[in-house]
Amino acid sequence: MYDTFSRFNEYLRMAWDSLKTHKLRSLLTTLGILIGVTTIITIFTTIQGLNQYVYGQLSNIGASTVYVQKYPWVIKGDFWKYRNRKNITYKEYLALKKYCTLADHISPEVFSVKNVFYKNESLDNIFVIGTNEQYSLTANLFPATGRFLTELDVRHKQYVCVIGYEVADHLFHKENPIGRKIRIGSDKYRVIGILEKKGDFFGQSMDNFIVVPIGTFRRVYGGHRGLRVALMTNNSDDMEDMKDEIRGIMRRVRKTPPDQADDFSINQQDMLTDLYNKLTATLFTIVFVIGGISLLVGGIGIMNIMLVSVTERTREIGIRKAIGAKRSHILIQFLIESILIASVGGVLGIILGFFAGNLVLAQMDLSMGVSLLSILIGFGFSSLVGIIAGFYPARKAAGLNPIDSLRYE
Amino acid sequence: MLIQIKNLYKVYQLGEIQVEALKNVELAIKKNEYVAIMGPSGSGKSTLMNIIGCLDVLTKGHYILNDQDVSNMDDDRLAEIRNKEIGFVFQTFNLLPRASALHNVELPLIYNGTPRAKRQELARQTLEEVGLGDRIHHKPSELSGGQRQRVAIARALINHPSIILADEPTGNLDSKSGEDIMKIFDQLNDAGNTIILVTHEEDIALHSNRIIRLLDGEIVSDDLIRS
Ligand SMILES: Nc1ncnc2c1ncn2[C@@H]1O[C@H](COP(=O)(O)OP(=O)(O)O)[C@@H](O)[C@H]1O
Ligand SMILES: [Mg+2]
Repeated sequence: MYDTFSRFNEYLRMAWDSLKTHKLRSLLTTLGILIGVTTIITIFTTIQGLNQYVYGQLSNIGASTVYVQKYPWVIKGDFWKYRNRKNITYKEYLALKKYCTLADHISPEVFSVKNVFYKNESLDNIFVIGTNEQYSLTANLFPATGRFLTELDVRHKQYVCVIGYEVADHLFHKENPIGRKIRIGSDKYRVIGILEKKGDFFGQSMDNFIVVPIGTFRRVYGGHRGLRVALMTNNSDDMEDMKDEIRGIMRRVRKTPPDQADDFSINQQDMLTDLYNKLTATLFTIVFVIGGISLLVGGIGIMNIMLVSVTERTREIGIRKAIGAKRSHILIQFLIESILIASVGGVLGIILGFFAGNLVLAQMDLSMGVSLLSILIGFGFSSLVGIIAGFYPARKAAGLNPIDSLRYE
Repeated sequence: MLIQIKNLYKVYQLGEIQVEALKNVELAIKKNEYVAIMGPSGSGKSTLMNIIGCLDVLTKGHYILNDQDVSNMDDDRLAEIRNKEIGFVFQTFNLLPRASALHNVELPLIYNGTPRAKRQELARQTLEEVGLGDRIHHKPSELSGGQRQRVAIARALINHPSIILADEPTGNLDSKSGEDIMKIFDQLNDAGNTIILVTHEEDIALHSNRIIRLLDGEIVSDDLIRS
C-alpha cells in the first residue's frame, strides 16, 4: 500500500517536472480542455444560480392555483388562432364561482395602468388590479401593515385600496399611508393596507401595483375588460379534477359545441416550470456538444503531444528500462503525465468557469454560488480525456525495446 | 558459478539477411571476477554484454545467472533481474539530462519501491563513495565527462548488484579521467564486486584479471592474466 502510494507520488513528481520543462507547450496543449471545461462550468454555474432563483419565483405562483385566461402562457404554434378568442367575462367568473365545487378560493382579476397621486407626489403607469378579498390567497400576497380587502369592501364597491411596498414608499416617504386618500386616475381611494415586499423579478419590481375592489374598478374604468380568473384548491390532488370541472363550466356557459376545442386557456405554474426546464435542457445539450467538441479536440492535442513526447524521450525510456522499469511503470508514468496535462486544463477551466458563471449571475443581479457537481464534472471529464488520450502513447512507450531505445539519437 | 552461458547464438534478422552477432559462445564467470572483453568493432562485444545484462535475449542456447535460467524470461521478469542483479555503466553515460546527480542515482530504487527518504540517503552515500559528495545537486550538463561516468557508476552500485557491466566506460573520456574511472573499478573489485567490462584498449584491459577476445561473434581466446 505504502509502496503504491509512494510510487504514485513519484510519478506525479516526474510528470510535474516534465510539464515544467515544457511550460508553454503544456499550456497550449491543454487549451482545448480548458475551453471545454470553462464552457461547461460557466453554464452549469449560471443555470444553477438561475434555477434557484426561477424556482423560488415560480413558487410564488401557487402550485395549486390555476388561471382561466384568453391566452395560454406558453403559446404553441399559431398565435392568431388565440387572437379571435372571446375575453373571459365577469358573467363567466360568476358562473365559475357558483358551480366550481373543487375550488376553495376564487378571485377575478382585471388590470389597468394608471397614474397615481398623493399631495405633491405622483407615480406614472402603476398597475391597478381590480379583484376580490380572496386574491390575497390566490396570489399569495399579504399585507405587511393594515389589512387586505374584505368581502364587505368588495360587495359595497368601496373606494379603498391596498398598495404595493414601492408605491407606499414613493408616495408617502415617512408618513403613515393607512387611512390617507390617494388619487388613482381621477378617483380617490382610501389606503387600507400595504403589501409585504416581494423584490425584483429579472429587474422588474414586483412591488409597484395597487389592488382595488373589482366592483369599484368596473364602475370607474368600465366593465368591458377581459378578466383573468384565479382558482385555488387547498388539496393539490384535486388539481386535475378541478381543471376538468372548470373546462366543463366554461364550455357550458360559452355553449361550445362538443366537436370544438376550448376557446379559453387554463394556465398553471408547471407550464412555466416545464418551459423553463425545456429551455435549460436545450442549453445544457448545446453546452455539452460545444464542451464535448472542445474536449475531443483537446484530447487529440494531448494525444499528439504525448506521442511527440514519447519519441523525444525514447532514450529516457531506454535508460529507465535498463535499470529495471517494467512495462507498467512506464505506462503509468506517461498516463499520469497525460492526466496531469489534462487536469491542469481542467482546474484552470473550473476556476475560469466559476468566475465567468458568477459574473453572468452578478450581471443578472442573482446571488453567486459554487456548484460542487460542476467541479466534479470538470475534474471527471478532464481526467477521463487525459486517460483516453494518453493511453495509446503510454502503451507505445511501455512497449519500447530497451536496446533500441538506448541507441536512439 | 555466477554466470553460465552455454552454446549461445544471437542472430539479427535484417530483412532477407541474417547476421550472426554471436556464435556458439561458452562462458562461465565466477563471483568477484574482473573480466575484460576485447575485440574489434563489430565483433559482438556489446551484444554479449547486453545479453549478460538481460537487456537483450538470446536466439539459441542457455544463460544461467545466479542459478536462475534467464533464457526464456518475459520482459517484466527481465526488468526485475536488471534492477536487482545488474549494474550498467555505458560509454555514453546514459544519465537523465534534466535530473540531478542525486535523482539519477536513486532511479533504480524507485522501481523496487524503496521509500523516498531512504532512497535519497542511499543515493547521497553512494555518490560520496565515488567522490561526488559535493556535486549531488548538479545536472549532468554541469558535470565533466569523468564526473558523469562516476554518477553512472554510483547508479550502477546503488542496488548492490551481483554484476557490474561496463561497455567501453572510458571510451568517451580523456586518458586521465579514464584512469580515474578504472581506479574506481579496481577498488570495487577489491571490495568483492564482479566486474565485466568491454574495451578495445589494451592498457584498460590490463586492469582486469581475465581477458576474453571476440572475433566475428566467436570467443577466440580466454586468458587469466592474474589470479
Ligand atoms: N540491432 C541490431 N540489428 C542488426 N544487427 C545488429 C544489431 N545490433 C548489432 N548488430 C550487428 O551485430 C554485430 C555485433 O555488433 P556489436 O555487438 O554492437 O559489436 P561491438 O560492440 O563489438 O562493436 C555487428 O555486425 C552489428 O552490425
Ligand atoms: Mg559496442
